[in-house]
Amino acid sequence: MTKELMNKNDIERALTRIAHEIIEKNKGTEKLCLVGIQRGGVHLAKRLASKIKLIEKKDIPVGSLDIAFYRDDLNIRKEQPIVRRTEVPFEVTDLKIILVDDVLFTGRSIRAAMDALMDMGRPAIIQLVVLIDRGHRELPIKSDYVGKNIPTSLSETVEVNLVEEGLEDRVILKKLETEEVKHGE
Amino acid sequence: MVNRKDLLGIKELSVPEINLILDTAAGFKDVLGRDIKKVPTLRGKTTVNLFFEPSTRTRTSFELAAKRLSTDVINFSVPTSSVVKGESLIDTALTVQALGADFIIIRHSSSGVPHLLSKKLRASVINAGDGTNEHPTQALLDAFTIKEKKGEIEGLTVAIVGDIAHSRVAKSNIYCLTKLNARVRLIGPSTLIPDEIEGMGIDVFHKMEDGLKNVDVLMMLRIQMERQGKGFFPSTDEYSKNWGLTLERLSLAKDDAIVMHPGPMNRGIEIASEIADGPKSVILEQVTNGIAVRMAVMYLLAGVKR
Repeated sequence: MTKELMNKNDIERALTRIAHEIIEKNKGTEKLCLVGIQRGGVHLAKRLASKIKLIEKKDIPVGSLDIAFYRDDLNIRKEQPIVRRTEVPFEVTDLKIILVDDVLFTGRSIRAAMDALMDMGRPAIIQLVVLIDRGHRELPIKSDYVGKNIPTSLSETVEVNLVEEGLEDRVILKKLETEEVKHGE
Repeated sequence: MVNRKDLLGIKELSVPEINLILDTAAGFKDVLGRDIKKVPTLRGKTTVNLFFEPSTRTRTSFELAAKRLSTDVINFSVPTSSVVKGESLIDTALTVQALGADFIIIRHSSSGVPHLLSKKLRASVINAGDGTNEHPTQALLDAFTIKEKKGEIEGLTVAIVGDIAHSRVAKSNIYCLTKLNARVRLIGPSTLIPDEIEGMGIDVFHKMEDGLKNVDVLMMLRIQMERQGKGFFPSTDEYSKNWGLTLERLSLAKDDAIVMHPGPMNRGIEIASEIADGPKSVILEQVTNGIAVRMAVMYLLAGVKR
């Protein structure tokens, strides 16, 4: 059973609004950079950077972060996650980092991402953008910018499809069969 | 995709498993280039280096890999252990496990020891060289280095030169490179080329001048001094004259060929000094890549729920 939560236009509008909010909250783009969490977050970070450029005429550096080495579920996974590249081609120390992810769920990925960033230096501030907040936090983590809040049950999953992955832009809610129900992202 | 407890040899690995290890190693190489060269991935785990044969490089590389992954490391070296008091191999390994080891890195002069221990132990066993059988992490780091330099391994011509018969490095590399669809050539005196090679689709050459033509990669093996005077080759001088890599011989290979050596080198015997230190040499990069590849192996073996 699947249900569409956001279509192409909804995603586009949410990102445009978030781009404006980032600029407003940070009073411009000085010392600002975007870091996307692999994989969905990286595409969204790049889209936000080009939107910010349209508005402010400034290039914002974009990095990508793989959090595999910082996860806390190493012993309970059946398979190791594929390790993707971490490319943060700038010094994070004293920068304002806008961390970008597609779905905020338990908060554990964000914890891992923050630890990974801290190992690269000492950012001045870390703010969080998520396209979807589906609830069920297991850690005291909250987003600064959110595309859409969607209350979900644990027997559902949220899938963010993006054109960069060869799919049509949309967010869908899927009901899992009982044996598929998993806890954690 | 890697759903195994141990890394015993390349022979048992599938192509997707080899590729996953190499891709994962790229992620760890990034980590090694940072100011903080350490990740918390395997915090709380314990690694024991159980080396029944002397080794500085491999042991140090595993030790560093284990430390960069935040495991605690103990080096259990033979001369100071109970092995000299007559404790059996399996008892030693069980003792090490009882001390809380999650990873046991083992090197032994007898082929098959890691395989035997892996059946007796809950801990992950990683083969760091067993007799004349395999040295899987060396082959993986060699493949990683070739891939880094050449982009792809498929279709490359790789010459392995020297004492193939006694070399676990050569054996693991033959498995690894043929699985990845490289064309493998072996060059060396007939006494040092094993018979079982025939039928593996590998070309054998006895003269450097024939074998080195148009190769993309040269893998020089260490000539083991202890083999001297045992009838495999007349003398190191004679060996060097026939199978040593000189600038002149190297010029037969492709212009962009790379030269590898697993170390420790006998300069002036199997490889000329100016080649070892020259622009085609990737010998020191192999050392660096070894840490990343060993981190990847430990990471992929760890934490799979069994």
